[in-house]
Amino acid sequence: MWWTRLKALIIKELLAVLRDPKSRTILIVPPIIQLLVFSYAATLEVRNVDILVLNRDSGHWSEELIKRIEGSPTFRSFSHTQDQSRVQDSISNQAVIAALEIGSTFSRDIEAGRPATVQIILDGRKSNASQIVAGYLSQIVGRLSLETPSGMKTQNTMINVVPRNWFNPNLDFQWFMVPNLIASIAMLIGLIVTALSIARERELGTFDQLIVSPLRTHEIVIGKLIPPMMIGIFHMTMYLLAAIFLFQIPFRGSLIYLYGGGIIYLAAIVGIGLFISALSKTQQQAILGAFLFIVPAILLSGFATPIENMPQWLQPITLINPLRYFLVIIKGLFLKDIGPFEVLHQTIPLALIAVVTLSAAAWLFRRRLE
Amino acid sequence: MNAVNVSKLRDIVRARRFFALVRKETFQLLRDPSSILIAFVLPVILLFLFGYGVSLDTGRTRIGLVIEEQTPLADDLSASFKGSRYFDVLEGRDRRNFDAKLVSGEIRGIIIIPARFASDFAARVNPEIQVIVDGSDTNTASFVQNYAQGVVASWVAIRSVEAGAQEGGSTSPISVEQRFWFNQELTSRFFLVPGSIAIVMTLVGTLLTSLVIAREWERGTMEAMMATPVTSAELLMGKILPYFVLGILSMTLCVIIAVFLFSVPFRGSILALYLLSAAFLVPALGQGLLISAATKNQFLASQLALISAFLPAFLLSGFLFEINSMPVAIQWITFIVPARYLIPSLQTLFLAGDIWPMFLKAMAVMLFIGSIFFILAARSTRKRID
Repeated sequence: MWWTRLKALIIKELLAVLRDPKSRTILIVPPIIQLLVFSYAATLEVRNVDILVLNRDSGHWSEELIKRIEGSPTFRSFSHTQDQSRVQDSISNQAVIAALEIGSTFSRDIEAGRPATVQIILDGRKSNASQIVAGYLSQIVGRLSLETPSGMKTQNTMINVVPRNWFNPNLDFQWFMVPNLIASIAMLIGLIVTALSIARERELGTFDQLIVSPLRTHEIVIGKLIPPMMIGIFHMTMYLLAAIFLFQIPFRGSLIYLYGGGIIYLAAIVGIGLFISALSKTQQQAILGAFLFIVPAILLSGFATPIENMPQWLQPITLINPLRYFLVIIKGLFLKDIGPFEVLHQTIPLALIAVVTLSAAAWLFRRRLE
Repeated sequence: MNAVNVSKLRDIVRARRFFALVRKETFQLLRDPSSILIAFVLPVILLFLFGYGVSLDTGRTRIGLVIEEQTPLADDLSASFKGSRYFDVLEGRDRRNFDAKLVSGEIRGIIIIPARFASDFAARVNPEIQVIVDGSDTNTASFVQNYAQGVVASWVAIRSVEAGAQEGGSTSPISVEQRFWFNQELTSRFFLVPGSIAIVMTLVGTLLTSLVIAREWERGTMEAMMATPVTSAELLMGKILPYFVLGILSMTLCVIIAVFLFSVPFRGSILALYLLSAAFLVPALGQGLLISAATKNQFLASQLALISAFLPAFLLSGFLFEINSMPVAIQWITFIVPARYLIPSLQTLFLAGDIWPMFLKAMAVMLFIGSIFFILAARSTRKRID
């Protein structure tokens, strides 16, 4: 009996979202486009760098240095100038991100065994990219400097720092980005679909009808919980296929753990969505409320910056962020093949969040009733 | 003379009608606490997070340090690692103790000073140090690698300076002098804060506007308005004017917080700030109008605003990721993202000062994109009445 009632509610909820062809399209097409566009766009690697060279030296060494930089795939275009004021203009107007200045005694200094200097001027407005460019240039200079007469002498005392990258041997940025995006986009969609569900009914006045129906409060909550979770699982499956077959990211862990953790993650997301929805009177409030949660949740998830690098007082706040836990699960399962213990360790807090938010939402429904 | 009077009267009526419309919209806007939340509370949260929590500067990263053989030389190098302000070092003798910690993410890297290190160093046969990093977080991985290399390089330099007396050798034969203009200390906050202002204005201009107007379509009040003598241009202008003002107020709040609380330098002029922001709000509001007219449904409008405005402002604007590094097809998409033009100008305004050629170009492009949005929005609004 209760099952028939619940089934009817679930079907009705699914229809509310999927009936309209526009809504159907918006649930399927844009998330895929997002995954594609953002996985390619969101790279902290720096490529196609434009650089300006001011070379006052006419010797062999400056020529060699420029040749090497030109040969590096990172750099796209070179312009040469003899005019100091052009350096200023090009950087200020962001025509180039860096300018390389070689003084007139550069080659002579090197031949004479005196310390030589090159100067790099970088655009500090783009502090990240310019730091990376500075790193590339320093590496090129460093290698050249080993070939200078005085560099040859010290060569044998150089220490080789041998890097080894576990889980992602080429440090491919997409291997990092795509799992992160899967978790974040799933949250984005799940939260908005749910946040709207009750607010919409309230705005249209159908929520009262639902409440006077024979459905019990917990049945309403379950009926509101399951459809967005089904949509969420569908999305995750789509992303997973795209990640594995399109982006060729290895999936080393167990699919069962991923779906197990994923279901609990979605329950936590939907719980938060329902809670927001129960608090809001209109759809507008629900959407904006969801936003108020989403933006900090993404920033405080460890996606962009490791949580341990955040200030001490801020770290405890991340404990109530479901994305934080699921990121560990999904990145771990994709690249590290983490075991059941680690998955469980992250899933328990997710389950707690789900239980707390869902009960809070149920309580709010009931209270609104009185 | 009569004709003049009539046309004057018409102007007065029209102006009154318009102000009545603006007043109605303003009340509607102020009545709903959620618009205040998005215009004033979210910016504060965002700026606080960027100001305090989320910076792209890595602080101390926890690593494991394995010394396979205890020698004075290895101890000396390990002291360098422990003294580095970039690392939080856990010391051990056996790599296997750290493997599981690296998998679980407790540490971000393992640095191994192998058993043969001291003897290789003495024999001058290129001693080796291994750095193992967790590649699943590529940023942190490359930070650990680079900083580890840095620690080793400066350790070598110090040792060779100490030994320099007898060898005559100095540090590297060619040194690189780096100068970062406009942001000497490379504080990432300084460029994140101007960027987040653009995000906030996108939220107010596009998301909020599209929601409000989509609701009117949903409820049919938009049609009711159209039945009145108000022209559709007046109607649209009356709708967005309060949001324009809200966007400007919200931006002003951001700038005040940025400058006075987070001491982000402000080297440009107030005039340029307001001109740029106003020019940016044109495409932002136009996009909001267009979305609402095209969807006429709050759920669809919110999703479209999210996908076409909010996320691109974050990811395709050069705010966090370099546009030049993106594949060409995606670089083309960025050309229609208004935030792409605002963010470099705001960063320049804060950190470098007024560079008018750059600002004027950005404003021209933003206004151009904005007018296209408005034309499209006006069209789909008119179509509806037929």
